[in-house]
Amino acid sequence: MSNRIDEKFKQLKAQNKKALITYIAAGDGGLDLTEKAVLEMEKNGADIIEIGVPFSDPIAEGKVIQEASLRSLRDHHTTLKAVFAMVEKLRKQTDMPLLLMLYANTIFRSGTDAFFDKCREVGIDGVIVPDLPFEEHDEFQEAAERNAVYNISLVTPASTGRIEKIASAAQGFLYCVSSVGVTGMRDKFSTDFDAFFSEIAKYSKIPYCVGFGIRNGEAAQKMGSYCDGVIVGSAVVNQIGEYQQEALPHVAALCQELRRGLDKA
Amino acid sequence: MSKIGRFGDFGGQYVPETVMNAVSELQEAYEKYSKDPEFLKELQDLYHNYAFRPSLLYYADKMTKDLGGAKIYIKREDLNHTGSHKINNALGQVLLAKKMGKKRVIAETGAGQHGVATATVCAYFDMECEVYMGREDMERQALNVYRMELLGAKVTGVDSGTATLKDAINEAMRDWATNIATTFYCIGSVMGPHPYPTMVRDFQKIIGEEAKQQILEAEGRLPDCVVACVGGGSNAMGIFYDFIPDTSVRLVGAEAGGKGADTEFHAATLTKGDLGIFHGMKSVFLQNDEGQIAPVFSISAGLDYPGIGPEHAYLHQTGRADYISITDEEAVQAFEYLSRTEGIIPAVESAHAVAAALKIAPTMQKDQIMIINLSGRGDKDVQQIARYRGVNLNV
Repeated sequence: MSNRIDEKFKQLKAQNKKALITYIAAGDGGLDLTEKAVLEMEKNGADIIEIGVPFSDPIAEGKVIQEASLRSLRDHHTTLKAVFAMVEKLRKQTDMPLLLMLYANTIFRSGTDAFFDKCREVGIDGVIVPDLPFEEHDEFQEAAERNAVYNISLVTPASTGRIEKIASAAQGFLYCVSSVGVTGMRDKFSTDFDAFFSEIAKYSKIPYCVGFGIRNGEAAQKMGSYCDGVIVGSAVVNQIGEYQQEALPHVAALCQELRRGLDKA
Repeated sequence: MSKIGRFGDFGGQYVPETVMNAVSELQEAYEKYSKDPEFLKELQDLYHNYAFRPSLLYYADKMTKDLGGAKIYIKREDLNHTGSHKINNALGQVLLAKKMGKKRVIAETGAGQHGVATATVCAYFDMECEVYMGREDMERQALNVYRMELLGAKVTGVDSGTATLKDAINEAMRDWATNIATTFYCIGSVMGPHPYPTMVRDFQKIIGEEAKQQILEAEGRLPDCVVACVGGGSNAMGIFYDFIPDTSVRLVGAEAGGKGADTEFHAATLTKGDLGIFHGMKSVFLQNDEGQIAPVFSISAGLDYPGIGPEHAYLHQTGRADYISITDEEAVQAFEYLSRTEGIIPAVESAHAVAAALKIAPTMQKDQIMIINLSGRGDKDVQQIARYRGVNLNV
C-alpha cells in the first residue's frame, strides 16, 4: 500500500525542496479552528502536518504544548473521536500527509486495532508516539502495518549507539530531535549537529527531518541545511495560544517565514 | 524484540527515546551492582548502621485482645531513620547513583517521605538533590518541605495538572530528559520503566525477609496474612515479595478509597482502574474512556496516585494478592485507634493498612497470625488529622 508520506517526499525531492512539517495542538481554540489552521498552513507552505491529540499528562512536552493540551481538554473537551471526525472533514479538502502525535495510552485505551483501522478509514498516514521507544514498537506495529499507517521513529542526541537499529527499522521519515529535553522554542542549541547528522546519514534509508526548538525562518534555514526537512511545533502552538480565534493570519505569516528560511537551506 | 522487565503483560519501558539510553545504563549498572558482593555489603552496612535496621517486629498484644481474632504483629518501618520504609530504597538508589558517577539526584514526592529519604541520603553522600512536589502536597505536608530544605535539597513546586504526585513525576521525568547526562532519577516506588519496579522492590524486599525471619523466631511458623497499604506499592512489594512463594500466606493491599471507591473521589486503582500505558509502564490506571488519566483523591498524599506498580497489577491479576479499598474515614479511625490502643501514631498512609487489619483480623482464628506493615510514622500527619476532625491547632 502506498503512503502519502512517501509520495510527498518523492515529490519534494523532484522539486529539490525540503519538507516543512508543522504541528498543531488539536482542539486548542476548538476543532473548527484547528481544521482551518491546518488548511491555512498548507496554503502557506507546510508539506506535512502533525495533529497533536491532547493528553492529560504530556510528559515529553514543554510548557507551550502542555498548556495548549490543557486548554483543549478543559475548554473544548476535545476527544479522539472528534479529532478523527475533523480529519475526515480535512481529507475531503486536502491530500497532504496528516499524522497524529499522541501518547501511547490514547491509542491503547481506544483499542489498538480499532484505532489503526480508524486511522486508515479517515486518512491518517502516520503516528508519532513520544512515549513509545524502539524497544516497545511491537506494541502497535502489527496493527499499524496492517493499515499502512507509519509509526514514526525518533532519534535524539542522547541516542548514542542506538541510531543504527532505530534508523534501519524506521518508516516514512526519521524524526531527529534537535536537543535533549522536552518540546519548546529554544534560543540556542548545544548539540554537535555535524556529528549527530553524519551518524544519522550513515544509517537512514529514508528522509530525516529535525524538530524541537525551531522557532523562526532563520532557525529553519540553519537546521534545514542538515537534513530533508524541519518540524515546527511550539512556535505554531504559541501563535494559536496567543491569538486564539484571530490566529490564522499569524499562523500563515509564520509558515511563510519558515518556508522562506527553509527554501534557502 | 525481547520483552524485558515484564510481570506477565505488565511493566515494560514506555519512555521517550531521550531517556532510553539512561534507562539502559541504569539497567546495566543495576544488573552489575546487584550481584556485586561489595555493593551489597555496603548497602547492608548502611541499612544497619544508618537506617537502624532490622526494624522491630512488634507483637500488638492489646490490639490482638481487643479485636479477638488473629495474633497481630506490626512491622515497625516507622522506626527507621527518616521515619518510613522509603529510606531503604533511597539508600540503594543513591548508592547506585554514586557508583555510576552521577552528581545530581532528582526525585518526586507525594507525602514527602520519599523526598525526605532521598534528601537525607544525598546529604550523607554529598550529592546535589532536587525534589519535585505538587503544590497541593506542599501545603498538605509543609513540615516535610522544610525538612527537605534543612537537609540541603531544593524543593520545586509543581503547579501543572492536579498539582499532586503524578504531576511531580511528570515534571521529574521532564527534568531527567533535559539533564540526562548528569542526573540520576531516584523513583520512590515500584513503578516507572524497567528496571525501576524490579530495582525498587529489591531495595525494599528486606522488609519481608526480616519479617519472615522474625516471625519464625517468635512463632515458629509463617503468618497467615500480611497487610500493607498500596499507593505505587513499594512498602507492600517490600513486605510481600519474600512471602509470594508461601502460598498459605494471604497478601492484602489496602488502597486509598478516599470518599469511597464508588464516588469520584478516590485513588483505588486496582479496585476501579483499567489497563493502560503511563509513566513508563503498562499497568492499571484510573482513567476515563479516552485514556486521560483521572484526578485522584485521598487524605493521604502518599497514596494519592492514579496508577500502581506493574508487579502489583500482576499479583492482582493472578489472584496471589487481594486488594481492598479503605476510605479516608476508616483510615482516620484506624489512625486514632492505633494511637490510643498501642501508643503508636501511624502515617496516614500506613493507617490504611491498619484499617484493613481492623476488618480482617476479627474474622480470623485466634491461632492465626497477621503482620501489618507499618510503613511510616504519623508525626507529619497530626495537623491534617486535626483539621479533618475539625480541631484548630493554630499552627
